[in-house]
Amino acid sequence: MSKENVKIVGFLCNWCSYAGADMAGTARIRQPAQLRIVRLPCTGRVDPLLILKAFQEGADGVLVSGCHPGDCHYNEGNYHARRRLEVLARMLPALGIDPARFHYTWVSASEGARWAEVVESFTGQVKQAVGGGSVSQTNEVDKMV
Amino acid sequence: MRIGVFVCQCGTNIAATVATDRVVEAARAMLGVIHAESIQYTCSDPGQRAIIDAIQQKDLTRVVMAGCSPRMHETTFRRAVQRGGMNPFMLEMVNIREHCSWIHPDIDQGTLKAIDLVRKGVARVRRQAPLSGSTVPVTRAALVIGGGVAGIQAALDMADAGIPVTLVEKGPTIGGNMARLDKTFPTLDCSSCILTPRMVEVKNHDNIKLIVNAEVDQVRGHIGSFEVDIRRKATCVIEQKCTGCMICQEKCPSRAPDEFNAGMGESKAISIAFPQAVPLVAGLRKEHCRQFVKGRCGVCQKVCPADAIDYEQEDEIVSGAFGAVVVATGYDLYDWTGSYPTYGMGRYPDVITSMQYERLLSASGPTGGHVRRPSDGAEPQQVVFISCIGSRDESVGRPQCCSVGCMYTAKQAILTKEHIPDSQSYIFYIDIRAAGKGYDEFSRRAQTEFGALYIRGRVGKIYPRGGKLIVMGTDTLAGEQVEIEADLVVLATGLTAARGAGELARKLNISYDGYEFFTEGHPKLKPVETNTGGVFLAGACQGPKDIPATVAQASAAAAKVIGLLSRGELETSPVVAAVDRNRCVGCFKCRDVCPYGAVEQEQLPGGRAVAHVIDSLCQGCGLCNVACPPSTISLKGYTDNQLIAEVVEVLR
Repeated sequence: MSKENVKIVGFLCNWCSYAGADMAGTARIRQPAQLRIVRLPCTGRVDPLLILKAFQEGADGVLVSGCHPGDCHYNEGNYHARRRLEVLARMLPALGIDPARFHYTWVSASEGARWAEVVESFTGQVKQAVGGGSVSQTNEVDKMV
Repeated sequence: MRIGVFVCQCGTNIAATVATDRVVEAARAMLGVIHAESIQYTCSDPGQRAIIDAIQQKDLTRVVMAGCSPRMHETTFRRAVQRGGMNPFMLEMVNIREHCSWIHPDIDQGTLKAIDLVRKGVARVRRQAPLSGSTVPVTRAALVIGGGVAGIQAALDMADAGIPVTLVEKGPTIGGNMARLDKTFPTLDCSSCILTPRMVEVKNHDNIKLIVNAEVDQVRGHIGSFEVDIRRKATCVIEQKCTGCMICQEKCPSRAPDEFNAGMGESKAISIAFPQAVPLVAGLRKEHCRQFVKGRCGVCQKVCPADAIDYEQEDEIVSGAFGAVVVATGYDLYDWTGSYPTYGMGRYPDVITSMQYERLLSASGPTGGHVRRPSDGAEPQQVVFISCIGSRDESVGRPQCCSVGCMYTAKQAILTKEHIPDSQSYIFYIDIRAAGKGYDEFSRRAQTEFGALYIRGRVGKIYPRGGKLIVMGTDTLAGEQVEIEADLVVLATGLTAARGAGELARKLNISYDGYEFFTEGHPKLKPVETNTGGVFLAGACQGPKDIPATVAQASAAAAKVIGLLSRGELETSPVVAAVDRNRCVGCFKCRDVCPYGAVEQEQLPGGRAVAHVIDSLCQGCGLCNVACPPSTISLKGYTDNQLIAEVVEVLR
């Protein structure tokens, strides 16, 4: 079963992934319309609490994307992000959130096509996860956070 | 709070799939919005005028501009609101084009998403404070990385404008790939004749410091103020003493591959790349030298009349301060030997690359300009050229056009006929791409005047038979198999990014694509900029291109640097972190994570130590903001409140 009307928040770094998403747009690559992108200077600015806040506010999915490891505009921001996000990803089940609703990845400024694939596949994954009955889990999160 | 919302139609780019009137209507109902309108082309003069008029007539204090990507026009609109009398950072751009109208064909979906995004922008700008940057002095000096024709052009243009330039070249001489070419298309200009005088100009220019055998080791700092460590590799030759007499090369007993001649012919372990090298200084390659391999020789040291040989020489780090950097690292030829098994993978000596053929054609090459095939030194009669080796070939993972292969192959066919009048050239091609000025005429001349036979199709196999190479291919226009008994096969190998390009990009913090070509700031409007302020691109390091395009881009990059360095100081981005002293607990986690050393300890009058951000060092990444346990250090323009508000509004 899959829920169609989902909402997904994306946290994208300005230098790589936001530019990659721009490139996908410039190339007119059609993408699912459920994603809402928040632009940040760096994935290192993504506070894990911000992601939990998004789930608490009813996000069906949260996507984080930055520069490839080694290519961070700020040298090491995405390394910090990777550690924080990896810990968060492992904590999600304990918070009652299906980890399939969260994903972090790296998309460079020249990877427009790859960005579109990420949006496509993650949207599908979230629809499946949420449609599978984990809407109630969101309420669980509300209680816990 | 008086917010104005402007929804750009961008002609039909947005309006076709986002109902801008519905977005305007929705915006009017948002908290704080007192003005909303839709404009056909907001970035145009009347469009910007409309924003300024609204600011002044309705006393707007904040503006949300929904249109293209902020990466496209944020600066444009910041300037516009500033002209209207507002602080430029009280503008928020909402991307309803690249992230919405262009990717969602359904107008309802597109409109709903656009409204969500505008709501997010309004919420964000409501929490925005006016920002202003400080100024930092600009170091009036430029670094050029790479001494090919791009680097030479950029260096000379900047030096002529009075800017002190340091030109760093990885190899022993400047000149790059162009110095190895015999002639250039479409005019058949002698490559050396047009390049070597420019090389000499570089050497003699008062404003240019040339460092060869050197690579960038480390880069610190930012636009206006880079600090760069340059590693000058040991060559066992004291550059100041060497007179370029070449006696060492003559007497050296150790043979070594001739890199300048693309492996055609032999050189010595100590050598000068070619007689017109700049600087004209010998260099020793330890891996081929008897002194280093066997531990005894010393011939060059004995014969050198200038006492310039120093076997103990070590790498040296030269540090410099620069306001801007031009990257001009050029290209390497695609290494075909690993991926074309049916062409022999390099086993047949008479299957050579176009650059090797170029050296055979050149009067300064290993055969003195007499075309002799490598296997037996015979003059070839039947020469087959194969286009698109390692370019436009998905099967080897190189889909891009090398942009010069068609033209240099036509040139080489013409030169073949000039060198060997009774020869016959065959050219296997996919398409003939001859889009430049005079290019199509040139490639037609190869056929009509010089009798080159163009065969549209691929070569399936090459194999040797009785001193000849049998080239089996398909003529897709005639629909038949072709078999040619060739004396020599020349592969038009494509262009790849220079080896180590990715590593350099990481040092400079610039973006690059999957092929390690550097990414320009914008494909149309910022062709020589990068995403990193103060770092500019010139030539084939950005993508395959020919000499005229390379030179044009190099001059463009130089113009950008001249413009940048003509300012005495630069305004820094006000998007920096700031500490709330009253709430700071002095744990200094912010200082630990800062990649720029921008956080220092500040002693308050009461003796309490708190964090303090040095604005001129902070680059605005926001790492500290997340690391701070009580959230007292905050990135201006991306505060927790702003980000939370954005999240809440898009999920409403």
